[in-house]
Amino acid sequence: MSKDETLGEALRRQGITRRGFLKFCAATASMMALPPSMVPAIAAALEKAMRPSVIWLSFQECTGCTESLTRSHSPTVEGLIFDTISLDYHHTLQAASGSAAEAAREAAMQENYGKYILVVDGSIPTANPGYSTIAGISNSSMLKETAKGAAAIVAVGTCAAFGGIPKARPNPTGAVAVADLIKDKPIINVPGCPPIPVVITGVLAHFLTFGTIPELDALGRPMAFYGQSIHDRCYRRPFYDKGLFANTFDDEGAKKGWCLYKLGCKGPTTYNACATTKWNEGTSFPIEAGHPCLGCSEPDFWDGGGFYKALSMPTEDITRAAVYAIGAGAAAGVALGAMNRVKQGRAEKTHQKVTINDLEKVTGDD
Amino acid sequence: MPHMTSAPELSVATAEVLTCNVQPLLHEVRHALARLLDDGGRTVIDLRSLPLAPGEEQQLLDELGQGEVYARLHALGPTEIIETRYPGVWVVVHFNSSDEVIGKFIEVCDIPDLLRSQQEDIQAGLEQLQAQLPAVTN
Repeated sequence: MSKDETLGEALRRQGITRRGFLKFCAATASMMALPPSMVPAIAAALEKAMRPSVIWLSFQECTGCTESLTRSHSPTVEGLIFDTISLDYHHTLQAASGSAAEAAREAAMQENYGKYILVVDGSIPTANPGYSTIAGISNSSMLKETAKGAAAIVAVGTCAAFGGIPKARPNPTGAVAVADLIKDKPIINVPGCPPIPVVITGVLAHFLTFGTIPELDALGRPMAFYGQSIHDRCYRRPFYDKGLFANTFDDEGAKKGWCLYKLGCKGPTTYNACATTKWNEGTSFPIEAGHPCLGCSEPDFWDGGGFYKALSMPTEDITRAAVYAIGAGAAAGVALGAMNRVKQGRAEKTHQKVTINDLEKVTGDD
Repeated sequence: MPHMTSAPELSVATAEVLTCNVQPLLHEVRHALARLLDDGGRTVIDLRSLPLAPGEEQQLLDELGQGEVYARLHALGPTEIIETRYPGVWVVVHFNSSDEVIGKFIEVCDIPDLLRSQQEDIQAGLEQLQAQLPAVTN
């Protein structure tokens, strides 16, 4: 697809019929979590959409976000959306490296100045710029330089959106989020560890379709995907409402698929689309597989006081997210909190610490 | 160590309490069908946007059943369009070219748009037929 060609023209040139295009639009609307009644508007907008240039920068990250996107089933509607952007720089995916890669980035910046989308995954170290560099350029310098000509920035993954795991205590690199350094550009946070692939492409599709950034919540996340809590959209919610909980991972409640709240589920304080969009081609999501939600799309989820501690238990550090916890189930949460505290006190009294010596003794007996 | 010859039997019970969203959804379909009769208004429900427990989507589809029409399109991967046992209520399932589901909708209308030949495609077909005709021998 050339830069002067609209998406409609490009699809027709590839032999895709109008019927195929309408199917593409229906799936795209579903992907963007827009009502099906929007399909005609999406069709009209996509027909005229031009191919945007995308520069993707990876900083302190594990490449899980790129994996999430590229390992999504293909070829797909997401794939088609991805084909319709011009990915001009992505140092994990591109063949060029070193100065040749940087030249490609600079060329894309110059050619599309003011119009390109900057996608960032990974947090940025501020304690010492030498902690993470690309072609000798510090992450911070590269971000600031590339952000200057961007139309909008998409911070993909919890590291780029909120600092993520690199920012976890004691944050040795002084990791910060994109929004901590860039103040003069629209930033769309797409957190998750990793984010759901269709959420990443859904945001790009929105920009491609409407040329604007989607409606965002207070944490800069698109409302279409992060507008409701996991808890509110969870198919196990009726168990919570009936007070039916799994207390351990192998009790009757766990086997019957009851609510995982007491096992530390962060669903009530976590805003993401996992419960409806799901993972692995819509197969399931962590709670459906029997594991509590870790709250990976929330700020400081790593320091939230323990993945397996129920939300209303006192933790060392109550995160920003936990402040607006519970909501609908406040009364039940308070009761549970009291129960948890009693249990916790009992457990602390009977708890015996296991030392290295104890472990060595067991090993020695074998 | 004893050699394991077969997989251990796992006792996994299915959920006793479901989201109970199937019945409200069927009511929504009923209202949509009444509206279709009343003023011809079409309704599309995106099944991907609704929280359903494992098995509930199948329960919903079983309740709707299958009627007289089954169509399979081939446009950017297959699409199945099934009229349910309730005329005017259609289930539309889009697949990608690897046969993975990329969208699932209930459409309440006289005929889903995708089944109609589209103006642009008719125009392209006409041009193709005109170009083809000189090569056709009697």
